[in-house]
Amino acid sequence: MNTLLVLPVIVPIGAAAFIWLFNSRPRIQHALVLLTVAATLAVACLILRQTAAGDVHSTQIGHWPAPYGITFIVDGFSTLMLLISTLIGGMAALFSIGDTADRRHAGYFPLFFILLGGVNGAFLTGDLFNLYVWFEVLLMASFVLMALGGQRTQIEGAVKYVMLNLAGSTLLLAGIGIIYGLTGTLNMADLAAKLAGVSNAGRVNAAAMLLLAAFCIKSAIFPFFFWLPASYHTPPPAVAALFAGLLTKVGIYALVRMFTLVFVADTAATFKLLRILAGLTMVSGVLGALIQKDMRRLFAFLIVSEIGFVLMGIGFRTERALTGTIFFLMHMAVVKSTLFLMTGVIEHWKGTVRLDRLGSLFEDHPAFGYLFLGPVFALAGLPPLSGFWGKYVLVQAGLIEKYYLLVGVALAVSLTTLWVVARIWMEAFWRPACAPKRRADAPLGLLRIGPIVVLAAVTFLLGLWAEPFHAQALQAAGQLLHPSAYMQAVLGGP
Amino acid sequence: MPSLILSYVCGHLVPLLLAVSVIFFWSGHNQPGGGFIGGLLAAEAVLMIVIAQGVDAARRRMPLQPGTLVAVGFLTAAAAGLPGLILGEPFFSGQWTELTLPLLGAKIPLGTPLLFDTGVYLLVIGATLSIAFTFGEK
Amino acid sequence: MYMMALLVGGLFAMAVYCLLRRNLLKLVFGFLILSHAVNLLIFTAGGLTRNAPPIAPSEAKFLAAPYADPLPQALILTAIVINFGVFAFLLALVDKARRKTGTDDSDAMKGSDA
Repeated sequence: MNTLLVLPVIVPIGAAAFIWLFNSRPRIQHALVLLTVAATLAVACLILRQTAAGDVHSTQIGHWPAPYGITFIVDGFSTLMLLISTLIGGMAALFSIGDTADRRHAGYFPLFFILLGGVNGAFLTGDLFNLYVWFEVLLMASFVLMALGGQRTQIEGAVKYVMLNLAGSTLLLAGIGIIYGLTGTLNMADLAAKLAGVSNAGRVNAAAMLLLAAFCIKSAIFPFFFWLPASYHTPPPAVAALFAGLLTKVGIYALVRMFTLVFVADTAATFKLLRILAGLTMVSGVLGALIQKDMRRLFAFLIVSEIGFVLMGIGFRTERALTGTIFFLMHMAVVKSTLFLMTGVIEHWKGTVRLDRLGSLFEDHPAFGYLFLGPVFALAGLPPLSGFWGKYVLVQAGLIEKYYLLVGVALAVSLTTLWVVARIWMEAFWRPACAPKRRADAPLGLLRIGPIVVLAAVTFLLGLWAEPFHAQALQAAGQLLHPSAYMQAVLGGP
Repeated sequence: MPSLILSYVCGHLVPLLLAVSVIFFWSGHNQPGGGFIGGLLAAEAVLMIVIAQGVDAARRRMPLQPGTLVAVGFLTAAAAGLPGLILGEPFFSGQWTELTLPLLGAKIPLGTPLLFDTGVYLLVIGATLSIAFTFGEK
Repeated sequence: MYMMALLVGGLFAMAVYCLLRRNLLKLVFGFLILSHAVNLLIFTAGGLTRNAPPIAPSEAKFLAAPYADPLPQALILTAIVINFGVFAFLLALVDKARRKTGTDDSDAMKGSDA
């Protein structure tokens, strides 16, 4: 288990170094990419096998005992997130081998895997400062990936993305500093034990709010969501898919971890704040999506809206609601990556992703049309697709806890999402083409269609065979709300 | 424009700086110093060449290019974690052995932290220089 | 301690002032100052001590009692290294943005908003 726990980080980052060494030999690079994708997926499945029964495993880097050394720990929640991140990362990597526009630069794949390693590290670490370091690792990689093409919109998008995310990191670091001053420890499990004994509630709250603001910026929660729709549509589709699938989820993951494990003393006000933010995030995301013409920007706004749903579950703070949150996180990560990859295919065929210039996609490519139907209506939450189950559990949890207003807002937002999604379908797929075809049909290749099919299949699987995923999510939510197993795995003792 | 005085001074300072960097690197074993500071000093030596003779001259005189140095340094540092894993201990657990010098009879403790530091040393040189070269070439 | 608190507050104020400017280069310098402010904040929050460095002499088994807490220093060192990389990237990005858009006014960069 010692070995297995560090592999999701070392395999991608080590592979990145090897791939960089072969930067003038694209064939070897591609073989290495395939190998890395297979290896990371295998590692994630092995970890799932270890934790599926509800065990929590941990290892101390360098044999320094907790709480002094850096802990790597995996429980149900981190396992599920790891699975999703390796799946999406792998599929996006395969897609970019097939897409010539993505891999013009030799540094592309190394950065791609450094980002993946950083994401995995953030999911695995049990140390607050180490979490900051992984955030920086993945941010640096994402900064460069976003700006790599060097086009004007990309650079402008990157400026906004970089500035706001750096501000978030700085707030995180300030919060960490204050927490260390209060408790003298940064190990999350140890913090959970020690923060309860800190008498200075004001300073604890100050630190908690700094961290909350930092994670809100990173996961694009109202009022800090503007950077996301300003930048996510600019990089190539595989990069956008990776960002859409993973980056905001890391922020949400950290938020869930901190506010279920560490800051549990003074919860009423915080969770009320989370619920208010959730409602505002949902509404502003979907309102932004209503008026967009560019399909990628539209999906970017819908990410913001869906983040609101996830946050709502955290705000309810019951086992059922957290189950819904975790399930919905898995659903939205997969669906959003699929859709961003699909916009890459549409751009390949039509030369644009603007809704007012698209048309007759269904007539030209019926199979792709059916494939598109799955994720896009899962996004709207139609039964029996994956989005429906997530929203169903969340709404049910809200009704049990009697948050009628927020649940009503959520349902209204869902309906509006359905309308937005139906508009995409009508304008891009059903309407007769308004402009002549701009490009000849070059073959797409298995490497671009394959990942999309796999991810779409996962969406269907999450919807039609939701039971085992729901069971895992339920177990993970139970572990989050009753962290004794987590603390025992780190600190030992009863 | 290469300046004669600078080039001359540089020719004498570069070996000196490199030697100091290795001393700093080695003293990091038990005292302040180490791979990071040593690496910065070594990078500074190369930067002297950049200032005196330009980026191209510096590139020509480096056996490994900065990008390669970053990758090699990273892999070296990561390799320091593996012995612990192979022995069934956590990643990066320190493993030590003693090397006896054949003529002097002195014992030098060698361990995985030294390997890690070597990796950091190379990585810092590579990273600093790739930044400097990028800006220098503009 | 109060001096440090004032210093940190002043640095934060300067940084925020720079960040609110429209000039991109000012923004970059704002970040530089902000990162220094946060580093000082960690240093101050970790407790200021006028003590010996936390290095044990080779013959001793334990560290003698009055020593400075090494952890905040390690955190700051890590943060400085990270910020060094970030700063280099920011400079390159701003330079590229100026070449591509012909301006360093962040108000004029609306190409990705349409």
